[in-house]
Amino acid sequence: MSTPGTRHQHDGTQQLDAVVERVLDEVRRQGGAGAGPVEAVVRADLHRLALTRFAGSGIHQNTEDERTGVHLRVALDGGRSATVSTTRTTTAALADLVGAALAAARLSPRDAAWPGLAGPARVPAGAGPDDATAGAGPAERAALVAAFVEAAGGLETAGYAQTTLLTSAVADTAGLHARASSTGAVVDGIARALPASGLDGSPPDASFRADGVGRAAARSLADLDAAALGARAARRARAQAAPAQPLRRGELPVVLEPSAVLDVVAGLLSSTFSGRGLVEGTSGVRLGEQQLDPALTLLDDPLDPASTALPFDTEGTPASRTELVRDGVPRAVTTDRRTAAALAARGGLPALPTTAGAHDASDTWGPVAQAPVLAPGSGGSVDELVAGLEHGLLVCDLWYTRLAEARRSVWTGLTRNGTFLVRDGEVVGPVGVLRFTQSYLEALAPGAVTVGSDAEALPRSLTFGAAGTARVVVPPLRLARWNVTGGAAT
Amino acid sequence: MLLTPSAASSLTATPPPTASASPPGAVPSAAFDLAQAAVEAALAAGARFADARVVDRRHEALTARDGDLRQLSQTTEAGIGVRALVGDGWGFAALADPTGERDARATGERSVAVARASAAVRAPGAGPVELLPVPPQRGGWSSGCARDPFEVPLAEKADLLVGVTHAMRKAGGSVIGVAEALSAAWDTRTAYVSSEGARTGQHVRETGAGMHCLALGEHEVQRRSYPAFRGQYGTRGWELVDELDLPAHAERIGEEAAALLTAPLCPSEETTLVLGGEQMSLQIHESVGHAIELDRILGWEAAYAGTSWLDLSRLGDLRFGSELMNITIDPTIPGALGSFGYDDEGTPAAARDAVRGGIWTGVLSGRDSAALAGYDHAGSVRADGYGRLPMVRMTNVGLEPGPHSLEEVVAATDDGVLMEHNRSWSIDDKRLDFQFGCEIGWELKGGKRGRMLRNPSYTGTGPVFWNSLDMLAGREPGEWRAWGTPNCGKGQPGQVGHTGHGAAPARFTGVRVGVRG
Repeated sequence: MSTPGTRHQHDGTQQLDAVVERVLDEVRRQGGAGAGPVEAVVRADLHRLALTRFAGSGIHQNTEDERTGVHLRVALDGGRSATVSTTRTTTAALADLVGAALAAARLSPRDAAWPGLAGPARVPAGAGPDDATAGAGPAERAALVAAFVEAAGGLETAGYAQTTLLTSAVADTAGLHARASSTGAVVDGIARALPASGLDGSPPDASFRADGVGRAAARSLADLDAAALGARAARRARAQAAPAQPLRRGELPVVLEPSAVLDVVAGLLSSTFSGRGLVEGTSGVRLGEQQLDPALTLLDDPLDPASTALPFDTEGTPASRTELVRDGVPRAVTTDRRTAAALAARGGLPALPTTAGAHDASDTWGPVAQAPVLAPGSGGSVDELVAGLEHGLLVCDLWYTRLAEARRSVWTGLTRNGTFLVRDGEVVGPVGVLRFTQSYLEALAPGAVTVGSDAEALPRSLTFGAAGTARVVVPPLRLARWNVTGGAAT
Repeated sequence: MLLTPSAASSLTATPPPTASASPPGAVPSAAFDLAQAAVEAALAAGARFADARVVDRRHEALTARDGDLRQLSQTTEAGIGVRALVGDGWGFAALADPTGERDARATGERSVAVARASAAVRAPGAGPVELLPVPPQRGGWSSGCARDPFEVPLAEKADLLVGVTHAMRKAGGSVIGVAEALSAAWDTRTAYVSSEGARTGQHVRETGAGMHCLALGEHEVQRRSYPAFRGQYGTRGWELVDELDLPAHAERIGEEAAALLTAPLCPSEETTLVLGGEQMSLQIHESVGHAIELDRILGWEAAYAGTSWLDLSRLGDLRFGSELMNITIDPTIPGALGSFGYDDEGTPAAARDAVRGGIWTGVLSGRDSAALAGYDHAGSVRADGYGRLPMVRMTNVGLEPGPHSLEEVVAATDDGVLMEHNRSWSIDDKRLDFQFGCEIGWELKGGKRGRMLRNPSYTGTGPVFWNSLDMLAGREPGEWRAWGTPNCGKGQPGQVGHTGHGAAPARFTGVRVGVRG
């Protein structure tokens, strides 16, 4: 199925450099016949994704995928643009790619909001790859799985272990040329315990399992402690298997473990703190105001030495450390070039930093943060946060959260992998799966938040595509109000 | 209990659907050569079963927003994916753009190496991995396509999409903050070869389009869409888009979005709920389609997508819903988004019951999951491109039309709410407890449609909800439709599936509506 021609090897940055240079040469050659200059940005990626899944405490799915992708965006006449991509890297295929892009752009109406190219810029080094992680094979992943399973002490387990290597080269006709690699590793699993009888002594549902979760993300495989994660999942599962406590619907104080906080942060980043949401008027963010609790500081920090992110985005914008929220005051939103230009042109906003938020689907979904960090506070451990609850809930994880009202950032979803009733600072017992319908902005309002001290690095896909799994750092939180609207609550 | 040979042979009697039967030649012979080489290499390396898919896929997407064409993207993706079973361990390896048989063989060998590593952690008490017998297929299949979406001039597509964004804005006035329209098309050619002798070619073209606008109020945002909240899609050509007639609906969509800003809130109460067909398709997808996936029922998705409230020991006698509930698994529906000739492990398409007269009777399954569960058919294993592992997925999971018309349903409702077009969806990991928001609601009083309602939502529990189904439309032309869902997520690494859902408006009693945060 390959087009005949000279194949470019795709086993490193030099080869990817050659691909992007060849594409730009081809753009100049084929585009030279047009009436005006052609703007083009091209990116070549090599993505190695290896993932081992386990269920019933055994490996049942085990995959490795290696792909090179070439992504080209061209613009004619200052805004007639098209984007093309391919997995083919022969000389002939790259020439075809350029031809297709130019042909499509010539037929496109002019886009008045075309933001232009990034152009030459100093691209920071980034964390770079970890060689052992880049070279890990199925045996290393199986060893992680075995450690997780063993540590669960005989409970049924399920989950996955993953390693990724992403190498990317990006260049544009305005003089940009950057390249970098990154690695990532993840262990994410649950342990499953048989439940006890109900409070009324009724027999347990034989199909039901009480689950506990342990998960972590790192730049380096060596930084993952799969046994500790398996043990943690087992502890939570056993606690969750105790007789369920009754609960009424309504607002309660809550302690969210880091996995649950991760979901809240990801939700806010995809809507309230998305530059697109601000441009379109769907975001409820109030920049420069004390909108959130002063204990909250949210960063996008792709240059952290432990980061799994590249030091530039898909448009070539250099990454930088950006404060999205400082001491509860929203300071910035995530941007790609289009949203950055739109926000810069809009009056009434403070000067906003440009973030490296472009990704392959940002035209559809808007820009995202690459390496979010919710800064830890002084509230102590999860146990210490729980000790401060007179009557409330401990929530270990959230699931299937969806935006119900954009401006107020009202989300509905369910708890998962452990939800416990707390009285007088002590966990009384599990309460089953709860549905909540809650404004995240109101849950994080001034005076409502205590931020825990122990942040965890967790895996999360933030880009709605194949780009992989981000490493998100979050501490536990104690919130004054959380609106339980259903599920096991009556 | 495994399938008996007589039951297996019944599969061979089911011919693949022939939207337009075509030979494997619809796929280049070189693709079969690559797949064959990969399978042979896997066998030589120690696999006891192997199959390979060589996939060449084109995709085009256009998005217009507020009078500009914001996105025109074209993607080509080609590669090989090889699955190997070594002992009782599965392995999968994929490579983009294999240049020849050497690359294909190397990928086959890599799949075996991955499979060997799987044996390092075996599930306690697990028996041998077996595959449901499916006679090897040799043939081809192409979806129907009257107007090739890749041959439609880009200017025609762009003019259509840009034009309806202008129309929505104009109709809705100054409160319209965003008006967006999109189209998408896929052209996928797949060569499939297995170590059992299967050799099939498949050419599927999929097309879709839709539009929506957002009205911005002082405190909230309202949305209206047509024909569905993410568009309508099918295994068809551009004729699907022509039939949607987006321009004819743009003005109404803009006006309704603006009107929603000042409409009264949906009440918070327990009442009679009538759902439009598009929302019904999502209700089916989330609370039935995912619940009947056999991999979930077996616990293979426990850590991520989740499990299911359904217990296999109750297959055949569990009451899932009222007698009006008849759900089929049918990948043979012409033009529906989940249609194909063969699934991605070579099983020919065939229609099955999932729920009949309200009783749960069938599951979505693959050859290994069916064999493990003692189930008698497979045929619902699909993959997102060459680079992802084939897994149990929905095909077309739909509700058969009912005996009523929508007009009768409304006329028979003394007090209730009609909700249309999905806005948000959430369901638990056992596919039991759900909460859905819709774009627009209508008060139903005395058998008539009354005031428009904003922020309508409802919540419930799967079997309780489905057992309250007491009226089902579909008798009148156009009320039942095979809706397409182009973004069904599942699996790790993540896969996006394309599924179809036949649905018509339906009525449910005693439903909690107007859930607020």
